[in-house]
Amino acid sequence: MSGQKPRTLFDKIWNAHVVETLPDGTALLYIDLHLTHEVTTPQAYAGLRAAGRGVRRPDLTIAVVDHNIATDASRYTGIVDPESRLQVETLEKNVVEFGVPYIPLLSERQGIVHVIGPELGRSLPGMTIVCGDSHTSTHGAMGALAFGIGTSEVEHVLATQTLLQKPAKNMRVWVEGTLPAGVTAKDITLAVIGHIGTAGGTGHVIEYAGDAIRALDMAGRMTLCNMSIEAGARAGMVAPDEKTFEYVANTPDGPKGAALEAAIAYWKTLPSDEGAHFDKEVRLRAEDIIPQVTWGTSPEDVLPITGSVPNPADAPNETRQAQVQRMLDYMGLEAGQKLTDLKVDVVFIGSCTNSRIEDMRAAAAIAQGRQVAPGVRALVVPGSGLVKKQAEAEGLHEILRAAGFEWREPSCSMCLGMNPDKLTPGQRCASTSNRNFEGRQGPGGRTHLVSPGMAAAAAIAGHLADVREFMPKEHV
Amino acid sequence: MQAFTVLTGIAAPMPQANIDTDKIIPARFLKSIERSGFGKNLFANYRYMPDGTENPDFVLNQEPYRKAEVLIAFENFGCGSSREHAPWALLDFGIRCVIAPDFADIFHNNSFKNGVLPVKLPRAVCEQLMEDSRMGGNAKITIDLEREVVVRPNGEEIPFKIDPLRRHLMLNGLDDIGQTMQHVTAIDSYEAKQRAAQPWLNR
Repeated sequence: MSGQKPRTLFDKIWNAHVVETLPDGTALLYIDLHLTHEVTTPQAYAGLRAAGRGVRRPDLTIAVVDHNIATDASRYTGIVDPESRLQVETLEKNVVEFGVPYIPLLSERQGIVHVIGPELGRSLPGMTIVCGDSHTSTHGAMGALAFGIGTSEVEHVLATQTLLQKPAKNMRVWVEGTLPAGVTAKDITLAVIGHIGTAGGTGHVIEYAGDAIRALDMAGRMTLCNMSIEAGARAGMVAPDEKTFEYVANTPDGPKGAALEAAIAYWKTLPSDEGAHFDKEVRLRAEDIIPQVTWGTSPEDVLPITGSVPNPADAPNETRQAQVQRMLDYMGLEAGQKLTDLKVDVVFIGSCTNSRIEDMRAAAAIAQGRQVAPGVRALVVPGSGLVKKQAEAEGLHEILRAAGFEWREPSCSMCLGMNPDKLTPGQRCASTSNRNFEGRQGPGGRTHLVSPGMAAAAAIAGHLADVREFMPKEHV
Repeated sequence: MQAFTVLTGIAAPMPQANIDTDKIIPARFLKSIERSGFGKNLFANYRYMPDGTENPDFVLNQEPYRKAEVLIAFENFGCGSSREHAPWALLDFGIRCVIAPDFADIFHNNSFKNGVLPVKLPRAVCEQLMEDSRMGGNAKITIDLEREVVVRPNGEEIPFKIDPLRRHLMLNGLDDIGQTMQHVTAIDSYEAKQRAAQPWLNR
């Protein structure tokens, strides 16, 4: 459109969803898809009930259970923990009372809310997508504007299908070049967070651009957008392209035929215009990224696997020195230790960050023909029933089991210490999840965030390890 | 929502950056289906020893901070999980205001919905207020939302800014769903237009 100011992907989706702008600049923003789960909805439904309100668009709402769910056979016999059971039963009652479509625990479509949205073809380019969960940023990989909200906002969306929002600022992260073998989307996101910090994206929506991003498959883009919240950004986005359209075309519930054609014609108008304004731009070279591992208790405290535990004395100021010392104490580390010397007790491969079929394949490729080190517990938790089914069709579960990994049922599992999968105090874990906060995986647990290949390599080695040493030579 | 106008109370210093919502309320305590009752587990991993007894070194276990109504911390307060249980836990404990150099976006939003006021002040000011808060039980500070000032124990006033709409809702304890419901005609017509233009969005 000649004469129109160039706009970003975010600007276009935002503008297309403004129902009204209030006098102070706050927008009433229309929401195209509302994903819900058992933890952040009970109080929202109670609020609706108390006010005599209903759900405006149940057809644009999906409910699923994921956070509380055990990953063993107990899902077939009933949830053991009484509080977890009550929360799941409360959701099941609420979806009936308010007429919200629900994916039951025993459906093969059940899974982590941020895995199933794209997988089923419900999360689409150009949409506004929200969920009472910070990792809703994941769906931005589809070329959507997707962000996490609190329970009061969940209630607001249920009642009105809108949210009161102030526009975010635009930030662009360029990753140019070709990723070296063994380096993945997880390493990109950890490197970006290490570069800009955990508040580097606050107030912004991050668009990822550059040929290294275009080269990522959809699962990789989801991993990248998933962790945008760990950089403080409200959302992460990747412009939709042919890979996105092909992905949508192969989903069970996505648009088909003429509807898909019409949708693609619209989706092609979404990428940021040449010359669009970004408030902040950051550039990384793909070739410079080495497999990453966090050493501290914030995702920004990350280093290449070839590095050593930092020395607090080297920190730039006293505040940071104290902070680093506190992290080393919590993590049970000493300055100067080589990261590859850190023995692990547990390996967790799963979570909304890394539990898609591509992640399962990456873990199995490293596990094939090898054995988990003695004394290490290694869990692999597919992100949904459909991922599990696909992995089993490919025989990945057999490869993993033969190597000594546990092959478990879909759930948020050991990402957040809310279901039976938890670390015990002092246990060290190489984890493909998203947060290495103190106590995140269980009180006293010590988390090192890594990619699926790096996690599998740590399980085999018994200590943090460089995945590149586990790959066939011609790939390195 | 309880209105917030003027609060005068004891402030507890927590001189740390990146106090995440897992720290404020760990996930294992999110299983309640109520909005209240989270206060006893506020900062649970720090407030209690593994055997369940109080950790005497933790600030909220010390006098006068057991009765703190204000929390002062450093950068990026409330980062991580979107759990609204974090402001619910603060509120249930009795904390109605958090002062920090900046806040993570979702926590910032969630706080306003629950009458917990997040006040952004420069780090040097936060450090000064932490010093004030260490002077004992008589060193109360005042947060006046009407006038948008923090009043130090010595009477010095420090101005802060809150978004006008949020300030209005908070001063009056208003529910924003009710506000939005006044725009229902606009929502109806938006839906009709979108349904025609983007039929694939409708199920």
